[in-house]
Amino acid sequence: MMQIIGLSLRVTLTAVVIACVIGLPLGAVLALARFPGRGAVVVLSNALMGLPPVVAGLVVYLMLSRSGPLGSLSLLFTPGAMIIAQTLLILPIVISLTRSVLEDLWAEYHEQLRSLGASRLRAVPTLLWDGRVSLLTGVLAGFGRASAEVGAVLVVGGNIADHTRTMTTAITLETNRGNLGLAVALGIVLLTLTLMLNAAAWGAGQWARGRLG
Amino acid sequence: MGAGTPGLKPDRMITAAEPASILPLRLEDVGYAVGGKSLLSGISLRIEAGRRLMVMGANGAGKSLFLRLCHGLIDPTQGRRIWANGETRAETQAMVFQRPVLLRRSVAGNLEYPLALKGVSRAARRNAVSDTLERFGLGHMADRPARLLSGGEQQRLALARAWLMRPQVLFLDEPSSSLDPSATRAIETMIRHFSEDGITIVMSTHDLGQARRLGEDVVFLHRGGLMEHQRAVDFFAGPRTREARAFLAGDLLW
Amino acid sequence: MNHNRRIILAGVSAMALFAAMPVAAQDFIIVASTTSTENSGLFGHILPIFEAETGIEVRVVSQGTGQALETGRRGDADVVFVHARALEEEFVAEGYGVQRFDVMYNDFVLVGPGEDPAGLRNAADAVAAMTAIATTEAAFASRGDDSGTHVAEMALWANAGVDPSGSWYLSTGSGMGATLNTAVQVPAYVLTDRGTWLSFVNRGPLEIVFEGDPVLFNPYGIILVNPERHPHIKAEQGQVFIDWIVSEAGQAAIASFTVDGEQLFFPNVSGQ
Repeated sequence: MMQIIGLSLRVTLTAVVIACVIGLPLGAVLALARFPGRGAVVVLSNALMGLPPVVAGLVVYLMLSRSGPLGSLSLLFTPGAMIIAQTLLILPIVISLTRSVLEDLWAEYHEQLRSLGASRLRAVPTLLWDGRVSLLTGVLAGFGRASAEVGAVLVVGGNIADHTRTMTTAITLETNRGNLGLAVALGIVLLTLTLMLNAAAWGAGQWARGRLG
Repeated sequence: MGAGTPGLKPDRMITAAEPASILPLRLEDVGYAVGGKSLLSGISLRIEAGRRLMVMGANGAGKSLFLRLCHGLIDPTQGRRIWANGETRAETQAMVFQRPVLLRRSVAGNLEYPLALKGVSRAARRNAVSDTLERFGLGHMADRPARLLSGGEQQRLALARAWLMRPQVLFLDEPSSSLDPSATRAIETMIRHFSEDGITIVMSTHDLGQARRLGEDVVFLHRGGLMEHQRAVDFFAGPRTREARAFLAGDLLW
Repeated sequence: MNHNRRIILAGVSAMALFAAMPVAAQDFIIVASTTSTENSGLFGHILPIFEAETGIEVRVVSQGTGQALETGRRGDADVVFVHARALEEEFVAEGYGVQRFDVMYNDFVLVGPGEDPAGLRNAADAVAAMTAIATTEAAFASRGDDSGTHVAEMALWANAGVDPSGSWYLSTGSGMGATLNTAVQVPAYVLTDRGTWLSFVNRGPLEIVFEGDPVLFNPYGIILVNPERHPHIKAEQGQVFIDWIVSEAGQAAIASFTVDGEQLFFPNVSGQ
């Protein structure tokens, strides 16, 4: 049980971190830069927020399968594959949210920052830092999506006992065994974890608002 | 600022070399248009060092745009903007906006930020910030979040931040228009101190009393065009144009 | 602010380490098997015995038979362990599998609402039972997912000369457990393997209403994925697993697995 919870958190948190490392700068570029095709990228990232997890899982499965282009990495049916699939699910959320938060901030800040001598590139970390409370909400939404989803991790992880079984795939398994009581109990554990995390983030957000305006 | 600038103690100096004077600023037949609509046109003038210049005119006359164009936030779509040192956007200038834009960090953090942008070392930043905090009477609120200050305190912080930039010229866009009288008086006092330190002041205001109190020179704009540019005493005593006369009389011309 | 940044940086690096942590990366094989075997708990019983004897970890990916064979075809599993004889023989004939071994069988049972509206308890044989369901149009829940169970169900309909369709025929397109959960709610008749049924907790009004016809026997086969097709296949360890499961020790382990005192899987190396 602890192992399942640990794996779920490990996979999802890692995916969130990777999605942030990629998505925050990418969202910032979309917010501040103007280039041909930008509109298309914005629409695409917004649309991908609605990507069904199973489809994301299937894409990753086909890539990582031994018969796929990345088969030699031997990642299928490992936690690594699940991290990749979840990153794919979270990334559009992080990108879209970062873009929207930073666009608003940039509209408010850009004259002042230019006046102070900040280039667009130098403005990026400033905007990310000043938008941190709003961005945290989006990252949490991403975490929520990833920790709650089952379709993608089931396809690429295989729900292998002691190896790639997460909270959600365990819930699916117990449901299939007609073990609805255990399934609901696992669901409550998952909900509690998500609640605790959100409460912590909300508290941090309130604290930051009070301290930093 | 020149070597003889009063009020500058050597220990506050951040860069070793004094930058060359960027003033006077010359505008040559400058215009600014967006989407075929001309917002400023045919403006030629010289902004001299060490003066307090009031930019006046009705709402929509182009005062804010004029300041932004001088400061370099926008570039003229016609004509030329020439700093005395030849740069297109001189570094040693600062601007204070009508509504100050403060970063979501502490008062001290807001002051430190532009210095960090310039690559000033951490120790030098710390010294400069604490001096500035004292000078502007902000010392007791150094760790408070800047966004939670009152309007007057926010504008004072914005002025402190501008001062920290060591500008040769400071642009101010209606800096006290949203403040109460006592905060306005405090801001005006600070602007006088800036001026005494040798900083050239270019400031827009629609407050005639403020313009009379602070102005040495006046630029009067009407519908994006330069109507008058003369000494303040002369402007208030007898404006040359019908538009300026009507403006001073409180008539609506539009 | 630098203080905060340092905390964030530390957090990020900690998580990166956390992510890079290897998870028991020793000797293991991947077995693609069916949900029925996994759901029944059979693997939980026999694999620890095998792992203790050989030190080889077996990672079971439980899927429908169709999907499990596809996983083998793509080279994503070392061994497939499924129950759909025709499909398995095709798998070997196409060169994806080395050889099929009989392992064990269980049987299918028809479960349905206790009041038995179609009168299956009186049916002479399985085909007659299916015919009774079709003629009375009693609700029937089907896996509809190309699984071994679904394939067996379709064979029964074909023998009964019925092309199942209409509002009484519910194709769930899901696994055995999900289909049983659906059948509980309707309630509907459903064809299930005995193992899943015995370990299924949420039975509601459903009971076994027909069982015992030899056509309902459900043989499981095990196949090593062909290393000539997929050179990375762990043929050696995979063969060790296959050899073990058809050995006396393996067969005894299967026979010793019970749910509520009932034996679910019957060793079948000889292949009756």
